[in-house]
Amino acid sequence: MSRALKIILIVVLFFLYLPIILLIAGSFNTGTDLAVFKEFTFSNYVALFRDRTLIPLLLNSLIVAVLSSVIATALGTAAALGIRSFGKRFRSAVMTVTNIPMTNPDIVTGVSLSLLFVLGGKLFDRSNVLGFTTLLLAHITFNLPYTILSVMPRVTNMDPSLREAAMDLGCTPVQAFFKVVIHEILPGIVSGLLIAFTMSLDDFVISYFVYGPSFATLPIEIYSYTKKPLPPKIYALFTLLFAMLLAVLIVMNIVSGRADKRPRCSNITQLVFRRKDVEKT
Amino acid sequence: MKKTLLTICAAVALLAFVPFLAFETAAAKPAVINVYNWGQYISDGSDGLLDVNAAFTEATGIEVNYSTYESNESLYTKLKTGGSSYDVIIPSDYMIARLISEGMLQKLNYDNIPNYASIGESFKNTLYDPNNEYSVPYFWGTVGIIYNTRYVDTVTSWDALWDERYSGKILMFDNPRDAFAAAELALGIDVNTEDESDLRAAAELLAAQKPLVQSYVMDQVFDQMERAEAWIAPYYAGDFITMHRENPDLAFCFPEEGFNLYIDAMCIPTSSTNKEAAEAYINFMCSFEAAAANAAYTGYGSPVNGVAESLELTEYERGIAYPSDEILSKGVAYLTLSKEATQIMDSLWLDVRTDASTTSWVTYAVATAAVVIIAAVYLAYRSNKKRKRAAKRRADADGAR
Amino acid sequence: MRVRGLASPYLAWMSIFIILPLCAVVYYAFTDSVTGEFTLRNIVSIGNYWPILIKSIWLALVSSLICLILGYPVALAIARAKQSRQRFLILLVMLPMSMSFLLRTIAWVSLLEDTGIINNILGKFGISPLPLIRNNGAVVLGMVYNYLPYMILPVYTVLSHIDPSLIEAAKDLGCNRTQVFLKVILPLSVSGIISGVSMVFVPAVSTFYISKKLGGSGTTMIGDVIESQFKTAYNPNLGAAISLVLMVMVFICIGLMERFSGSEEREALM
Repeated sequence: MSRALKIILIVVLFFLYLPIILLIAGSFNTGTDLAVFKEFTFSNYVALFRDRTLIPLLLNSLIVAVLSSVIATALGTAAALGIRSFGKRFRSAVMTVTNIPMTNPDIVTGVSLSLLFVLGGKLFDRSNVLGFTTLLLAHITFNLPYTILSVMPRVTNMDPSLREAAMDLGCTPVQAFFKVVIHEILPGIVSGLLIAFTMSLDDFVISYFVYGPSFATLPIEIYSYTKKPLPPKIYALFTLLFAMLLAVLIVMNIVSGRADKRPRCSNITQLVFRRKDVEKT
Repeated sequence: MKKTLLTICAAVALLAFVPFLAFETAAAKPAVINVYNWGQYISDGSDGLLDVNAAFTEATGIEVNYSTYESNESLYTKLKTGGSSYDVIIPSDYMIARLISEGMLQKLNYDNIPNYASIGESFKNTLYDPNNEYSVPYFWGTVGIIYNTRYVDTVTSWDALWDERYSGKILMFDNPRDAFAAAELALGIDVNTEDESDLRAAAELLAAQKPLVQSYVMDQVFDQMERAEAWIAPYYAGDFITMHRENPDLAFCFPEEGFNLYIDAMCIPTSSTNKEAAEAYINFMCSFEAAAANAAYTGYGSPVNGVAESLELTEYERGIAYPSDEILSKGVAYLTLSKEATQIMDSLWLDVRTDASTTSWVTYAVATAAVVIIAAVYLAYRSNKKRKRAAKRRADADGAR
Repeated sequence: MRVRGLASPYLAWMSIFIILPLCAVVYYAFTDSVTGEFTLRNIVSIGNYWPILIKSIWLALVSSLICLILGYPVALAIARAKQSRQRFLILLVMLPMSMSFLLRTIAWVSLLEDTGIINNILGKFGISPLPLIRNNGAVVLGMVYNYLPYMILPVYTVLSHIDPSLIEAAKDLGCNRTQVFLKVILPLSVSGIISGVSMVFVPAVSTFYISKKLGGSGTTMIGDVIESQFKTAYNPNLGAAISLVLMVMVFICIGLMERFSGSEEREALM
């Protein structure tokens, strides 16, 4: 039984990583065809660094991801604190709406936002409404539910007397908030920020409907590349991103593994948790 | 530890706004234009050729936001949907006429485009822009059939795309106008027909071809044909030259029934906010260096005087990129169809592509229903059993009391 | 207390960017593309796309089931691994999820093509190319590949929270391994399964890229139809109508599944 499980695990991991290995091999290939490995080369990496569009697009992606995750986290944390004090009816109504972008297929979210932006553009007579701003607004919108739902449990579990104690000890409400409340819910904020960041960095479908000519992100460019003969420098970029992510995750895992004394739930698994909780709420 | 984390977060939040502000000011600067062009249609600095967009920026200081589309129809959709403004677009002849008739193009100021003088006379006063007001030709070309001589017998006619021997190895255009033209030419119908029964006949032929078609593609044709994943495809002559250099087994045919002869021209849509910079771009594209680099890279026919002669092409390649007048006499241009005809064609094309009418959905429906019912019954059974058990437990407890 | 006011920016945001867009979808779905007047034509013409919708649902369902069959043992294997290794394995499962799914799908194309890697290898043994790509099977494979982690993670989370003493108790009461699995582990993980199925089903039913790349001329999915309405065929009204139907359908499905999983949990608590 146990051995069979192990075999399945290994086979599935192989299945998950096979295409990635192929792409990495493709980045060192002189030919353009992934299926035929000709000769080993670094020239694709050279081409990548000479490229004037891909690196700026990667920066664009990072800018959108950082901005949208930070704004979504700020808004979402405030919302989570506020929603808690709502009446039961209103709270569940708000949470139902909050869940919409998460349950909705991405394509529907993308389409609905693009229709809104285009209608808004017509209303305010701005022909070039699609661009950085719309992309950012869309990313914040689909990040918000994740941040709210990752902060929410922390807020619910928070002991209200802590805050009162702080105020009794002479803190103003604002001080009490920053000195006590934030500390209590910080893990939720951090994990919300991280999910939002990765979601935003990797998003293609929603961005595809709301980007404009003046500002695109890396996944959109990759999409347009996959409709043409693919230059192998894309594989080089993929490999670099993969290596970076791998490094970040390993470091994060070691750090959180040391900091976290509870047996399960490293930071990473917690992220997943939230995603799952989300489906349930 | 937590405090430092907090300060880091705050710092990131603050820093995050810096690029935001920077981008706002960048957007306010006038010297950026949005260029929307076909994919694989400009020299991008590879193969040791001029990087045209970079050269333009260097010469004028105007930044170029360059993006690409796959077909005239997706360009039209993008413009019509709104929300994005473009400064230079490069539609084909029939689409230019359509855009003009719908008031979506601006008249050009040819004083800002002195290089227009070097455009060949035969590309002026065309049907789509009879008074030379809206457009400056970019490239011209022909549509023909590309095939792999290893697997496919010599092709002379559009019928080859319906040859069952090549089933699963045939590629087809992924845009309505070119696809319908192929079917219409095979049927001997005028490519500019607006007659509904003609269009329906063409759609039927396309639907009949569908089981043989590997996929509907545009620029993916390069990969598929070069690697012999597909054997036969209708496409543009200029791209054949690029493919032929990668895979010498490929051959090109000007079908005997006739073929499309087109001009793609640069235009400025009404949504453009930076007309002068756009005209500077158009002017630059007509300069000899830019046009020569583009022609060498793409393989398409350049309308700029002297470019064709300057290219290093083999005899064979020249015969295809710049065919003889005898061959060209068989070419036909697409004209803009009436709104109604376009609508009919679009909806027929959608039917062909989505195959809505012929999908045997009953089996899928039955299978789906079966799975859903089994799952529902199982879950209902479980919860029922549990409820009973709980009830029994309660009853036992009551009994015990 | 003014804590309540903290939520007001979000409430404003929510109404502008969640509720209003849905209103825009409804508005487009019920208006004519040319005249802008109220019409039911878009909704009626969805009728043409029923077969595609049903086929998409079927393919998504099959992918969810395959994901379950593959993912459950993996989740179980991870949950049974050593504590320190669990974290690492979960990382391994999650990592591919955050890499460009476009490129990973492209890699599958070059594996499966007639001139692709698998057929090249088969060719060396004298086997003529198998039709591995451009059929429903390839689309299902693509969906399973892309969405498998979404199944593994929730199932794992539930499995790793099963109290080991329950299993001990079952064993003490004379259950063998199979019985322990069927009577204890499986029933306790139903909520994870349901949440995993819905997390695979929703993106699978609405995909357009996977079917475009791995499917052939005859494997159009409902996502392709929506995408083409907005990107090539210029009929946002019909596209909005199809999106609306898709959305309603997904909400009904999720609602039903949640009802079931909700009742499961309530019982588990009893």
